[in-house]
Amino acid sequence: MTGLLSYGSYIPYHRLRRSDMQAALGASGGRGSRAVASYDEDVVSMGVEAGSAALQGQRGLPERLYFATSFPPYLDKTNAAVLHAALGLDRAALAVDMAGSPRSAIGALLAASEARVPALAVVADIRTGLPGSSDEREGGDAAAAFLFGRGTSETPELATVLAFASTTEEFLERWRTPGEKASHTWEERFAEHVYRPLAEDAFTTSLKAADLAPGQIDHLVVSGLATRAVRQFAQASGVRPEAVVDNLADRIGNPGAAQPGILLAAALDRAGAGENVALVHLADGASAMLMRTTEHLLSRRSSTGVSGQADGPHGELSYITFLTWRGMLDREPPRRPEPDPPAAPPTRRSAGYKLAFQAARCDACGAVNVPPGKVCFACSAVDQMSRLSLRDTPATVATFTVDRLAFTPSPPMVAVVVDFDGGGRFRCELADAAPADAHIGLRVGLTFRRLLTADGVHNYFWKARPLRTDETRL
Amino acid sequence: MASRGICDRVAIVGMGCTVFGEHWDRGTDDLLVEAVGAATQSTSIAIDDIDAFWLGTYMSGVSGLTLSRPLRIRDKPVSRVENMCVTGSEALRGAAYAVASGAYDMAMAVGVEKLKDSGYSGLTRQSIPGDGTGGTLGTTTAPANFSLLAPAYSRKYGVDEDQLKEVFTRIAWKNHKNGSRNPRAQFRKEVARTTIARSPLVAGNLGVFDCSGVSDGAAAAIVVRAEDAYRYTKRPLFVKALSFVSGAADGNIDPNYDFTTFPEVEASAKEAYRQAGVSDPRAQIAMAEVHDCFTVTELVLMEDLGFAPRGTAWKDVLAGAFDLDGTLPVNPDGGLKAFGHPVGASGLRMLYECWLQLRGEAPEERSIPSTGKTMGLTHNLGGGPGECVSFVSIVGTERP
Repeated sequence: MTGLLSYGSYIPYHRLRRSDMQAALGASGGRGSRAVASYDEDVVSMGVEAGSAALQGQRGLPERLYFATSFPPYLDKTNAAVLHAALGLDRAALAVDMAGSPRSAIGALLAASEARVPALAVVADIRTGLPGSSDEREGGDAAAAFLFGRGTSETPELATVLAFASTTEEFLERWRTPGEKASHTWEERFAEHVYRPLAEDAFTTSLKAADLAPGQIDHLVVSGLATRAVRQFAQASGVRPEAVVDNLADRIGNPGAAQPGILLAAALDRAGAGENVALVHLADGASAMLMRTTEHLLSRRSSTGVSGQADGPHGELSYITFLTWRGMLDREPPRRPEPDPPAAPPTRRSAGYKLAFQAARCDACGAVNVPPGKVCFACSAVDQMSRLSLRDTPATVATFTVDRLAFTPSPPMVAVVVDFDGGGRFRCELADAAPADAHIGLRVGLTFRRLLTADGVHNYFWKARPLRTDETRL
Repeated sequence: MASRGICDRVAIVGMGCTVFGEHWDRGTDDLLVEAVGAATQSTSIAIDDIDAFWLGTYMSGVSGLTLSRPLRIRDKPVSRVENMCVTGSEALRGAAYAVASGAYDMAMAVGVEKLKDSGYSGLTRQSIPGDGTGGTLGTTTAPANFSLLAPAYSRKYGVDEDQLKEVFTRIAWKNHKNGSRNPRAQFRKEVARTTIARSPLVAGNLGVFDCSGVSDGAAAAIVVRAEDAYRYTKRPLFVKALSFVSGAADGNIDPNYDFTTFPEVEASAKEAYRQAGVSDPRAQIAMAEVHDCFTVTELVLMEDLGFAPRGTAWKDVLAGAFDLDGTLPVNPDGGLKAFGHPVGASGLRMLYECWLQLRGEAPEERSIPSTGKTMGLTHNLGGGPGECVSFVSIVGTERP
């Protein structure tokens, strides 16, 4: 039997107030904010962030990677392969997408938890809708990752999977054809009617399998985009109302395929040892997963957690910027040539650097070379380099500028030169920061981003991002 | 092994330079024909007398055909050279070394650029298939690359941001003032300091008026052996030094680089001074044409070229030391700032100002003070802080 070995979450830095969205469209009201993936983020880059949080400090690396999203940046090409490379997984590890619908998330979690080898499930989503729609307003962007495997003394299980049950039914509730910018939905009361028995069936079956009663559930996560159906099931589930996990709708919105992951992570962040956690996900049927936490959860979970990310430092975004970032508002580009897409052969040759930020340390003199080269910049030794990953190494800004001429989907571009602790210098963009945030001495960490898309090719690479005062990532 | 230089072995005996600016009605071919014609007409030389050509262009053409086709040059070698913004100076190196080697009696260096046909703001780069990581220069534009110098200089030497901005403004104001007296310059108007200081920001604290002009233009120089020089002109310009450094491009990799200097410039200047026998450039040089692509660049160059001790050039700038009537006039023709910067032509345009000034042909309102000094310096830079190519030449009227 496998269990949960670690988990991590990622909520992007930017927030958009619902009242600002309403006001821009001439309406009133709107409560709370939604989380917004930056213009240089997508489900893959956010998945990498969540995945690295989950894998931090892990001795063994997963041999399977299941990536679930409703909003894949690529079709035909495996998005999980980018995560595989960026997370530095072994070549023999399988990486596959489960893409297209929010339900995919449950598939990824189940497949990872049932794998006979260590397996990582990454769920990530970006939710869009037409301007003024409730999807746009109530949606959110986020990612979460869960590593399952056989516990060892060094990597003990944080939770044990007790049971899983599912129901599937085909009905027209929410849909989108490929290429469409927004989803269509049938009226909510229909969804409520259809989902209720589906969810009850799945939940009851899972409880039976685990020999538990609803009252024994200490943390109930109910997720899904059919808001009324979700709320209604939570109330009717028989679980104590105080055990129902807050859905974070006010603070980050509903991140679709990432919602079951984010809320499960939030539940685990708060759970005590030996508690029962239930996850019920409503999407084209319903699925229920039951877990029991172990005593190791308390000492091994992240100190920041979901609430730290949901409530921590964030940037306020204007509705106009949000529309621009999501491609809903086509704005005049600078009078500069459009960037070229990366070419396949050089990209493949430098994949270790480009995607996993593998730099090199010179064996002859110790100088850290970024990017890795054949000849050391400091001592000119040839081909005497050892690989050195700097992806988790903090750095300090040596100098900076604000480029108001450069091509970027979100001008102006803030550029920095950063020096890593322990050696190595890197020149890059500063993400999740305003021009005024840049200064010499600023402490930063690396973040995986989608720099641009040209000719249908997404160019993923690394940027720097301000660290919090306690040196943890934002 | 040693770099020996070719001090006093070759001379420039003819030069031509077009007006720099937005030549909407004229193409690369027109500019080349004009510059080459002006150079041959400045002395008694016919184009057929020239044995070999070096053509510098950054991105306005490929191969020697870019020159031989419009001029219908037959049965002669034309080398097309490129070294970013040093391209024009690179053409001069080729021509000068070819003559010094004895391979040719007479060679011509030509530089041309047609930037205004692209339709873009600022310079663009040639696209080479890459891995999308942007190399060590990143994805930033040229003004942003050079603006990285400002906060670093400010911090290292304790010059606050406002004071530094005043220094930049002073440099732009001076170069525009010089350019206003130059009929070949792209911008021929003085610009008020308040206008410069308040111009919209392009990158960092560099405003539009801190950036050089994007322009079209061409320039040409005829090179012969020093001993033949007086056959063609009464006042030849002797090449005292040519020095060039292509950097290791490690400033964006090596944490020891502090973004307050161009080590490549310092090295190329030292080598040029050695070749020319210059021990105190500030005192010995009559005038300097330097690569003021941005005002901050000119400030840092004053220190890298040895015109001012480290951390002090900003005071000299404010005191007017590099003004037309200062102790060492810098960019008396308006520089890249006001004369404009058609990349491949700029190095030869700098030489053209030495040609005019040192030989007493500059118009009176733009003439440098008469000091008896005979040497002029040109400096050309390509790339940016941490990763650049740098060229320094010293030319003089003193007979070998």
